[in-house]
Amino acid sequence: MIKRSFLGLVKPALRYNLAPDSVQELPVPNKVILLLKVSENGGRPSTLKVGDAVKTGQRLSASPDSVEYVISSVTGTISAMAPYVGTLGQRYTAITIDARGQDEWDDSFNKTPTLDTCMKFFEYAPGSPSFKGFADPEKSIRTIVISGMDQDLLLTANQYVVQSQAADIKAGADALKQMAGVDRILITVPENLVQQANTTGAEVKVVRATYPNSLPHMIMKDLLGQVVSAGDTLEDAGVVFVSAEAVAALGAAFRTGQLPVTKVVTVVGKDGRTTNVRARLGTPLKDVLQACNVTVNDRDRLILGGPMRGAATYSEDLPVEPSTDGVVVQDDVGSAQVTDYPCINCGECIRICPVRIPVNMLVRFLEARLYEDAAAMYDLHCCIECGLCSYVCVSRIPVFQYIMLGKYELSLIKTAEAE
Amino acid sequence: MSSEKNVAVPHDLFPWKPAQEMGRGPEKKLVVAHAPYWHDGSKIATKNYNIMIAALPAVLMGISQYGAPALGVIAFAMACAMIWELVMNLAMGKPFSIGDGSAAVTGLLLGMLMPATAPWWVIALGTFIAIVVGKQIFGGIGFNPLNPPMLALAMLVISFKGVFDFNEALRHYDLGFVMTYPLADLKAFGPGVIGKFSLGDLFMGKQAGAVGSTFGLGLVVGGLYLILRGYMRWEISLSFLAGVFITAWLFNMADSAKYAGPMFHLFAGYTLIAAFFLVPEDSSSPVNFIPMLIFGACAGLMTVLIRNIGMYVDGVPFSILLMNLANPLLDRIRPKAIGKVVKNA
Repeated sequence: MIKRSFLGLVKPALRYNLAPDSVQELPVPNKVILLLKVSENGGRPSTLKVGDAVKTGQRLSASPDSVEYVISSVTGTISAMAPYVGTLGQRYTAITIDARGQDEWDDSFNKTPTLDTCMKFFEYAPGSPSFKGFADPEKSIRTIVISGMDQDLLLTANQYVVQSQAADIKAGADALKQMAGVDRILITVPENLVQQANTTGAEVKVVRATYPNSLPHMIMKDLLGQVVSAGDTLEDAGVVFVSAEAVAALGAAFRTGQLPVTKVVTVVGKDGRTTNVRARLGTPLKDVLQACNVTVNDRDRLILGGPMRGAATYSEDLPVEPSTDGVVVQDDVGSAQVTDYPCINCGECIRICPVRIPVNMLVRFLEARLYEDAAAMYDLHCCIECGLCSYVCVSRIPVFQYIMLGKYELSLIKTAEAE
Repeated sequence: MSSEKNVAVPHDLFPWKPAQEMGRGPEKKLVVAHAPYWHDGSKIATKNYNIMIAALPAVLMGISQYGAPALGVIAFAMACAMIWELVMNLAMGKPFSIGDGSAAVTGLLLGMLMPATAPWWVIALGTFIAIVVGKQIFGGIGFNPLNPPMLALAMLVISFKGVFDFNEALRHYDLGFVMTYPLADLKAFGPGVIGKFSLGDLFMGKQAGAVGSTFGLGLVVGGLYLILRGYMRWEISLSFLAGVFITAWLFNMADSAKYAGPMFHLFAGYTLIAAFFLVPEDSSSPVNFIPMLIFGACAGLMTVLIRNIGMYVDGVPFSILLMNLANPLLDRIRPKAIGKVVKNA
């Protein structure tokens, strides 16, 4: 954890980890757990049942016409199916597959690079790319940004991919450009990966190595010169962000004909030591941690993602998902604790906010649950979710949590009004 | 609110676990909290203890000059402030907050503004005003619209003129320098008589006055320490000093026979302690850049206005309180958030 510097007048510099560790390949786990999203009207899966044999790379969906699917990362049999509810209430079906040694590859994936293929097979690829923006007639996507720099501190999964799989990124970028019909494709990398990035054929942009410069909104503002309006998505602004790992997976899949079934994960132990591993999607976190010699005890925190934007989870039995770039284990001693002290108006958050939100006022409104006022008067929707306000808060107010809660409550109101 | 609660995980939340793994003893209980999982380690107590450390040079100078009575004033003010805070915590059924050092700092600063001869009941009353009226009835730390020590000082100065008449209060002391209060002399006799105070003496603490507010060098060193450590906002301190300097200079330019020079106003009275310890108080001052400058500069301007043409000897408490009232309005001047869409523009 990076502490406040002695000269507190200077803004704290949170530097990204720019030295990707080499990747340790994990063996195929005994079982994988795949979290299949339950679509709006979805009931129990009709096409899947316990006891079904599945092959590696097989597309599993709840019903033939469902848009939600997962790709089996092992060959074996489905041993359990159960409902699972995510952090913000998203409903999933957790499909447990017992692996059976050798991989047998499913052959339904054909190598024609079209948008349909991508939407049908690659939304469960590592980095969980979304291709819906390209297919949406209301959005005109003109630019694709390949994130070769990891968004959160300590993580290096995407940087590792840029470093070692530049050829795959090139293939993937070419395929993407062709099927999406965009004018411009960029790759954002830290200074030390420019050489590798130059071989990918995409326009190279260098990201400064301090947090939060690699967050999509900051890249839009600093490197594309385009500010995303509050409340708009990146797609609304005509830009789709895809992680380098997803692009490389795409390129590799069109080359080999095998769908991506592994994910590079940066594991951070309690001592801050980082290890990169390549695991099958759906590998239980327990197996990953064990392979890295990281033990988790009572009252520890197990964080999916990085230290600034990750999500602490409650069980080692949860699987590695396509979006899991990192797993951080944090000891109870020394982990950030929040308090219910009020804001003392010191202004630290104002000085550090990258988008100049009046956080001191915003947090007062959010504490009072005046979410609509917070959005209307104090720029709640401008927040790019970097978490720096909580990081510097002298009163240790969970500012970031209040902001996310406010956004969530407002989204509920919006959905309710739409119905 | 608390993140420290354990999250108990019953087994049936994991129905996908094979039966043989069930009942193998309790699950590990992990702590779930919202991001970020890092914090820069700052806390209110550290900040307040640093303010106390920064105030030490000036306080020690006061104690060395006035001896045990000065120590008594400081110690009694801090103790009283903490007791009032504790009493209010108990009365309002709130968790004890004296550990954060905020009450101690308020008491310390109020003590520093008092003469060494202040009677005990003035200190007890002053800390009551600062802590109870100034802060706790608004909801405690962070909610006070006015600077607590300033509010207390203003009320005391108005109510007990004799106690704060430094010439009268310090008449039994002879510390080897001019023992009249510079600002009182200025008010009574005009700038003609202030020639007896050399600027060097004023800055080095060789002036009569309150326990902790006469040693300019100590206050500046402490203030710079706080600014560099990021505990006080340099924008407010500097603009306050600039406001005092420029206003005094303009007055002096206009009529030097009637108004004292700017350096005298900087080094005399409560100016330096206000600049570094009182004006930038967190809760009652703005946080955006331009409002901070306006706030400080206007407080400086008001200070000199009151000193030069007002009726009080020192304008510091009143100017700060006035600007405190303007704070919510001032802080509406803020930069446009990036991405903000202005409708009907």
